[in-house]
Amino acid sequence: MSTSTIPWNDIPGGFHPESSPDFLPIPQLQDLQFHRLKATVRRAFDHVPLSKKRMEERSLTPQDIKSLADIAKLPFTLKIDLRDTYPFGLFASPMDEIVRLHASSGTTGKPIVVAYTQADINVWASCMVRSFAAAGVHRGDVIQNAYGYGLFTGGLGAHYGGEALGATVIPISGGNTERQIMIMNDFGSSVICCTPSYFLHLYERARELNIKPPRLRVGIFGAEPWTNQMRIRIEQESGIKAFDIYGLSEIIGPGVAMECSCQNGPHIFEDHFFPEIINPDTGVPLPDGSEGELVLTTLSKQAMPMIRYRTRDITTLIRTPCPCGRTIRRIARISRRSDDMFIIRGVNVYPSQIETALLAAEGTMPHYQIVLTRVKDLDQIEVKVEVTPEVFSDKIRAMENLRQKLENSIDHTIGIRATVTLVEPRTLQRSEGKICRVHDLRVMK
Amino acid sequence: MKLNQLSLFMENKPGQLKVPCRILSQAGINIITLSLADTQQFGILRLIVKDWQKARRALESNGCVVNVTEVLAIDVSDRPGGLYEILEIIDDAGLAIEYMYAFTTGPQAQKATMVFRFENTDAAIKALSAKGINPVGPADLFARLS
Repeated sequence: MSTSTIPWNDIPGGFHPESSPDFLPIPQLQDLQFHRLKATVRRAFDHVPLSKKRMEERSLTPQDIKSLADIAKLPFTLKIDLRDTYPFGLFASPMDEIVRLHASSGTTGKPIVVAYTQADINVWASCMVRSFAAAGVHRGDVIQNAYGYGLFTGGLGAHYGGEALGATVIPISGGNTERQIMIMNDFGSSVICCTPSYFLHLYERARELNIKPPRLRVGIFGAEPWTNQMRIRIEQESGIKAFDIYGLSEIIGPGVAMECSCQNGPHIFEDHFFPEIINPDTGVPLPDGSEGELVLTTLSKQAMPMIRYRTRDITTLIRTPCPCGRTIRRIARISRRSDDMFIIRGVNVYPSQIETALLAAEGTMPHYQIVLTRVKDLDQIEVKVEVTPEVFSDKIRAMENLRQKLENSIDHTIGIRATVTLVEPRTLQRSEGKICRVHDLRVMK
Repeated sequence: MKLNQLSLFMENKPGQLKVPCRILSQAGINIITLSLADTQQFGILRLIVKDWQKARRALESNGCVVNVTEVLAIDVSDRPGGLYEILEIIDDAGLAIEYMYAFTTGPQAQKATMVFRFENTDAAIKALSAKGINPVGPADLFARLS
């Protein structure tokens, strides 16, 4: 048997030729990061008017980036910048070089648009190959990709990575639980990609149907926060290995960071995405090991370079060596966000979207509160709305109609059915006069 | 002829009814009659009181959402078919009743008085008066009670 026929996946922790940057000696990695950073800053300065303006306001030119540490001189990019430049304002490539557009939900009803050149798509697929490989997924595996296909980056991101890996991809997309179970059983899926809460729901249903997926071995779970307790539960109940994948459309999509077989926090693919941790209130960078907001800079993106993008995700950068041998840093499990945005069933929702929906239905802005719970492993959203004299009627029918109207309006705005509960005025908890908008009571077991 | 009814929004949970009753008690307001409509989530308390403006002020200043609706108090003969006769008039006039409830003012000779909430109150008055049935106005009603 020649060495070339030894499957690389026999190496503990999974290794694939694409994964070699995961193991670069740190000085070499930093050198690569520095050169790519300079090129990215130059590209943004030359082709993105907003980037140029922001740098000029600080009397900065691309030549001022003389070391990796100089990244701290650069201005941040915020989600609002993507909205303000909707749809194509942050593109650094002409349209005839852009081969793909994706979009995610935004706060005003307008989505946030992201673009990819062919080279960007290739980098993305490569990062997803490295992600799958880190989880021990290989050629011969059957990947049931239950992330949503479409404008959402999850579906196509995992799809291209799975194909580039040489695995068999089932592009089943999200939803239709019973068909998912049937296919998982009949096609012998060995890998599932979906949100962790959806997997628990899927597995529960399979058990009710008395079906045990015969080959399922690995779960690639992301697009919503989850805890280690939830991982333990998934692994104990289903017998599969559950891995945490991290990503966001603004940076590239899934595959920004991925856990290895040690399962001690996702490794950031630092050769493409440079991470920093900052104090979310002051913007000051914090040393590795401190908790703060994750800020990411793309190092190789062409169509849409992102410089110091504030993710709003609160985490810690871990520099301590990982037993897998990867030199790229890890992030701790995302515990919370520095704004009120929440993720439900894989969808990003902002309280302001709920506000827009309530305003549309009532004509005035009532006081409201969002309560997130997890019932039978599925996330539920309840919106408590204080009744105002303007909308109150003595007729039950009118009040039930109002409730329905509010529920429909929310459904139309965020695409998720919420339960609206009408509550008495001044009953929603207020602190310093402000109502705490989001109460996340999801117990992640 | 019309009565002003106060409606209150209430969450459907134990102890909620006590709140407006305490407010009215402290304001020295007697509840003449009431009805409570409920759904799984919430309820609507409807009240008839003598000084509805004072009651409204007391409730609103304590944070209640109050709605004022015109309703009719109608005498119904206390015998088989008494309510049926009234309903026939309403039905013949093509009117809809939103809801109705009774007074709790104790036995009166051959008469029960009920509160009717119509979609179109004026049309109801016209239809009933044409058949010789005059809703009991506030002055009469409160005189009866004192």
